[in-house]
Amino acid sequence: MNSDKITKIVLFSVSFIILIVAGGMVFSLVGGAIPAFKTFGLGFITSTQWDPTDGHEVYGAMPFIAGTLITSFAALIISFPLSFATSLFLGEYYRNTFVAKILGTMVDLLAGIPSIVYGLWGFYVLRPFLIDIGFENQGFGVFTASLVLAIMIIPYATSLSNEIISMVPNDLKEAAYSLGATRYEVIMHVTVPAARSGIFAGYILAFGRALGETMAVTMLIGNSIKMPNGLFSTGNSMASVIANQFGEADGLKLSALISIGLLLFVITGIVNWIGKLIIKKMS
Amino acid sequence: MKAIILVLVLAVVFSSCQNSAKKSAGEKISLTAAGATFPQPYYNLVFKNYSEANKDIDITYGGIGSGGGIRSLTDKVVDFGATDAFLDDKAMAEMPAPIVHIPTCLGAVVIAYNLPGVDELKLSNVLLEKIFLGEITQWNDAQIAANNAGVKLPDTKIMFVHRSDGSGTTQIFSDYMTKISKNWADKVGVGKSLNWPVGMGAKGNPGVVGTVSQTEGAIGYVGSEYAFAQKIQMAKIQNSNGEYVLPTMTSVSAAAKGNIPADTRIMLTNSSDPESYPISGFTWIILYKEQAYNGRSLAQAEATVKLLDWLVSADAQAQAPNVNYAPLTDDAAAKAKAILRTITFEGKTILN
Repeated sequence: MNSDKITKIVLFSVSFIILIVAGGMVFSLVGGAIPAFKTFGLGFITSTQWDPTDGHEVYGAMPFIAGTLITSFAALIISFPLSFATSLFLGEYYRNTFVAKILGTMVDLLAGIPSIVYGLWGFYVLRPFLIDIGFENQGFGVFTASLVLAIMIIPYATSLSNEIISMVPNDLKEAAYSLGATRYEVIMHVTVPAARSGIFAGYILAFGRALGETMAVTMLIGNSIKMPNGLFSTGNSMASVIANQFGEADGLKLSALISIGLLLFVITGIVNWIGKLIIKKMS
Repeated sequence: MKAIILVLVLAVVFSSCQNSAKKSAGEKISLTAAGATFPQPYYNLVFKNYSEANKDIDITYGGIGSGGGIRSLTDKVVDFGATDAFLDDKAMAEMPAPIVHIPTCLGAVVIAYNLPGVDELKLSNVLLEKIFLGEITQWNDAQIAANNAGVKLPDTKIMFVHRSDGSGTTQIFSDYMTKISKNWADKVGVGKSLNWPVGMGAKGNPGVVGTVSQTEGAIGYVGSEYAFAQKIQMAKIQNSNGEYVLPTMTSVSAAAKGNIPADTRIMLTNSSDPESYPISGFTWIILYKEQAYNGRSLAQAEATVKLLDWLVSADAQAQAPNVNYAPLTDDAAAKAKAILRTITFEGKTILN
C-alpha cells in the first residue's frame, strides 16, 4: 500500500467515527423519547403543563422551548451592538494596531471562561447590581439570564465577523474612497455588504451557543416551570431543566427530559439549516 | 503461531483471574454502595473511620441520589443502596428479591428565611400553607404579624425558593405539607419534584441557601445537614402538639420517639411527640434479605451486615452530630439491629 492510500483509509475511518457517534446520539435520543411522545403525542411540544407528581403526571415542553428561544433571542439582540461595534473596531478602524491586538485577545479570552464562572458572576455581582439600581426586585429571570448569555456569546460573534471584515479586499474600499466616500460610507456601503454572509454566520454560531448554554442560565433564570410572561419573569430553559432534573428522573419523566433533549437537537439543527440557507442567498 | 499466542493469552488471563480471586477471599473485601446524597457526608465520615479500624475492608459510597441507589440495588451492582424515601409496597414487590430497610440517622427540612432584624419567626401550619401556595405575598401581612407579636415585619415581597432538581428533601417537605394542608394535597401533592404554584428554583441545598441568603424577603426549605452547617436563620414550626419548635439535633431525634413499625418504613413528619420538630425523617440503607446473589461470597455478605450493624450502634451514631445529623433513638436502633439479624446467606442468618 502506498502512503496515499493509507492516508485515505485513515481519514475515512476517523470521519466515519464521527458519523457513527452523531448517528448513535440521534438514535438513542429518539429511542428514549418514544414513551413520552407515545403518551402525549405531538401535543407534548405545545403543552405548557408540567406536573411530575405521581398519579397525575403530565409533561409538556413549551415552557422550556419558550424560555430557551426568548433568552437566546434576547441575548442575540443585546450582544449585537456590542459585538458588531467591537468587530468593526478590530477589523476596520484599528486593524493591526496594538490596541486591537489587546482587545482581540480579551474578546477571545471571554470565550475561554467556563460558563459556571459566568453563572457565579451573574449570581453574586450582576444580580445584586440589578436589584440595587432598582431595575428588578428579585434579580432572577429571563432578563438577567439573557444579559449574561449576551456577554458569553460576544466572542463567537465578534471573532468571526472581525475575521471576515478584515478580509474585505482593499481594492474595493479604495475604489469607494476614490469616489469621495467618507469612512462611515465605506463601512456601511462596502465593507459590511461585502462581509455580510460571514458576519451573519458569526451570529448564527453565537445563537447556537446561546441555545445550548446550561450552567449560567440555570443559575439565573429562576427555574420556575411556567411560560415566561415577559422579560422580567422567571422561567426555565431546555438545557437547564435537563441538567436539573435528570438525576432523580425515571420512567415517563426521564423520557420527557430526553424528548426535550431531542427537541433542542432539532431546534439547533433547524437554526443551522436556516442560517446556511440565508448565507447561501447572501453570498 | 496464532495458536501459541492464543494459549499464552489464555494462560495469562486464567492466572490473573485466580490471583484476584485469592485476593478477595484472603486479603481485602471491597464493599460498594450508592444512593442518597443527603446522608453522604455522614456515610463518608463513618465509612472512613470503619475502614481505618478494619484494614481488610474497603468501602466506596457514591452519592448518586435516592433513585439511583434503588436502581443500582435493583441491578445488583452494589452491596447496598441508600434512599431518603422508603419503598412502598408496590416498589418493594417490583424488586427482583425481598429487601429490608435499615434506618441510619435522622435529618430534617428547615425553613430558612432572610429578613434582616427578624431573629425569631414563628410559622403556623396555616401560614406555611398560605405562603407556599402563594396566598400570602407580603411579609407584613396581618396573618403573619398576628402570629408573631412584637416582631417588626418589613414591607417586603415574599420570594419562595424551592429546589429545581429532584430531591428527597422536597419529598419530606411536601409530605409534611400534604399532612397539614388539604389544599396543598389537592393542588400540589407529594414528590421528589413538584408542580410548584409559586416561587423559583435553585439547584441543590447550596443553591437554595445561596439564593435565600442573597435575597431579602426570601424563604426556602433546606436539608438540615446543610442548614445547620451554614448557620442561617430558621423559622420555628408548629408541631402537632401546637408547640413552636426550632430544628435542633434533639428536636429532630425526638420525631422518632413515637411508634416505629418493625420494618421501620415510616415517614416521621408531623410526629406526635411534643418536643419533636415536625419536618423530620429517617434516611435508610436498603439491601437484599438473601445475601447470596450474583456470586457474592459469604465473606462479602458478612462484611456488609457487620458494617451496617456497627453503623446503627452507639459508637457510630455518636459521630452523627459532628456532621449535623440527628442520631437514631434507642428504639429505632434496636429495631434496625433486629432487622439485620433476619438477613440470610443461603438461608442461614449471618448475625446471631
